[in-house]
Amino acid sequence: MSNIFPKWTNRLPLLVLVGGLLLGGGVVTGVTYYFTPKYANVGYQPLQPVSFSHKIHAGELGMDCRYCHNGVEKSWFSNVPAASTCMNCHGVVLKDDPRLAPVRESHEKHTPLPWVQIHKTPDYVYFNHSVHVNRGISCVHCHGKITEMDEVRHEKSLSMAFCLDCHRNTHEKIRPLEQVYNLDWKGEGFAPEREGRALAGKLGVEGSQSCSVCHR
Amino acid sequence: MRLIFAGMAVLVLLVVGLLGFRGSSSRKPPLEIFPDMDRQPKLRPMEPNRFFPNGISSQPTPEGAVPRSRPVVDREGRKVFPYQNDHPVNSGRVAGTTNYLTLSPLPVSREVVARGRERYAISCVPCHGELGDGQGMVTRMAVGMAAANLHDPAIVRMADGQLYRTLAFGSKEGQGVMKGYASNIDVADRWAIVAYLRALQSSRLASLEELKSLEKAQPGTVPAALLQPKSN
Repeated sequence: MSNIFPKWTNRLPLLVLVGGLLLGGGVVTGVTYYFTPKYANVGYQPLQPVSFSHKIHAGELGMDCRYCHNGVEKSWFSNVPAASTCMNCHGVVLKDDPRLAPVRESHEKHTPLPWVQIHKTPDYVYFNHSVHVNRGISCVHCHGKITEMDEVRHEKSLSMAFCLDCHRNTHEKIRPLEQVYNLDWKGEGFAPEREGRALAGKLGVEGSQSCSVCHR
Repeated sequence: MRLIFAGMAVLVLLVVGLLGFRGSSSRKPPLEIFPDMDRQPKLRPMEPNRFFPNGISSQPTPEGAVPRSRPVVDREGRKVFPYQNDHPVNSGRVAGTTNYLTLSPLPVSREVVARGRERYAISCVPCHGELGDGQGMVTRMAVGMAAANLHDPAIVRMADGQLYRTLAFGSKEGQGVMKGYASNIDVADRWAIVAYLRALQSSRLASLEELKSLEKAQPGTVPAALLQPKSN
């Protein structure tokens, strides 16, 4: 009777406890890292040097994205505007507001404003803005509803799976070129299976999945 | 008893860890524990760079540089480059004078006007409004903002070159309220906006007879009265 359980089983409760603690700790650490803004980027919302609100400018005033990000159609990156673009209006509107002091200083001294970059793909990813916006992929697909954000927040994961989801099903995301900058477009009368496929064909959108499309 | 407390603590940690931070925001930049060559020592646009005294990686064009890219083709088919500052296409003035060009030096077509309309919607509508009446959303909402009514006879009578210079270099040759948009809108697009602006202005210059002919016109056709050339 005394031989049924070998001697090491006396330490079993301790082993179970230690093992459980290690496993639990591992899971918690993994989740708090991999499932949060620390790793997934989603939710990253840094403090910016100026409390610029996209909600007011692009949402309520209805300004086009390209008023400020005027290089997005021509360039692989979407530029942050020069302070002079802000001063087009803010030379008159709120011209003494303390919140805009860094903008005025940047404009007068020709020094850059230290905006914090939020959306940052790894350096081995060659994402081209102009290729996407000129072929019916909207800002909203990667950046979310910027027009509703007072402070911009990293809304989509921009992981490789995120890119490939779209590259494999371009007809589901493609939209008429005149709706690319309309983040509120609901897609009425534009069925992905019919109009989407037709537009993708017309614009020559292949949604290539070759490695060298993004990695060079 | 102690074991039970420890077990409960672990359980709490697990639940909070697994569910507590879903959908949360963070002020701190993502932690890149495994670098995986994510950040490489290369220049990226608009990033700070200590190599240059002014700390900017996207350097402005050095003085004396002659950009020879992206020429504009004028009505005669000649190429005009951005560095030719005094060329009528770039300056909006008759060569060698300060007189404004009466007409746009670039060809105008339906596509150009459509392009102008799109560019107008991006850069001009916030202040001047979609109708061009100076009642854009910014003008209406912002205190102290005023924008010109583009149907004002003084503006309608302006030469194309003056409109071009206004939108490129600012109103009253840069002395007025409106700032220049030369850095945001390139040369061909500036002339396209001028072309669209002319179409927008003529929409309010129709006579009663023209309006009547519009009423009878078939949708999609251009009424004869609007095809007649008209003097300002």
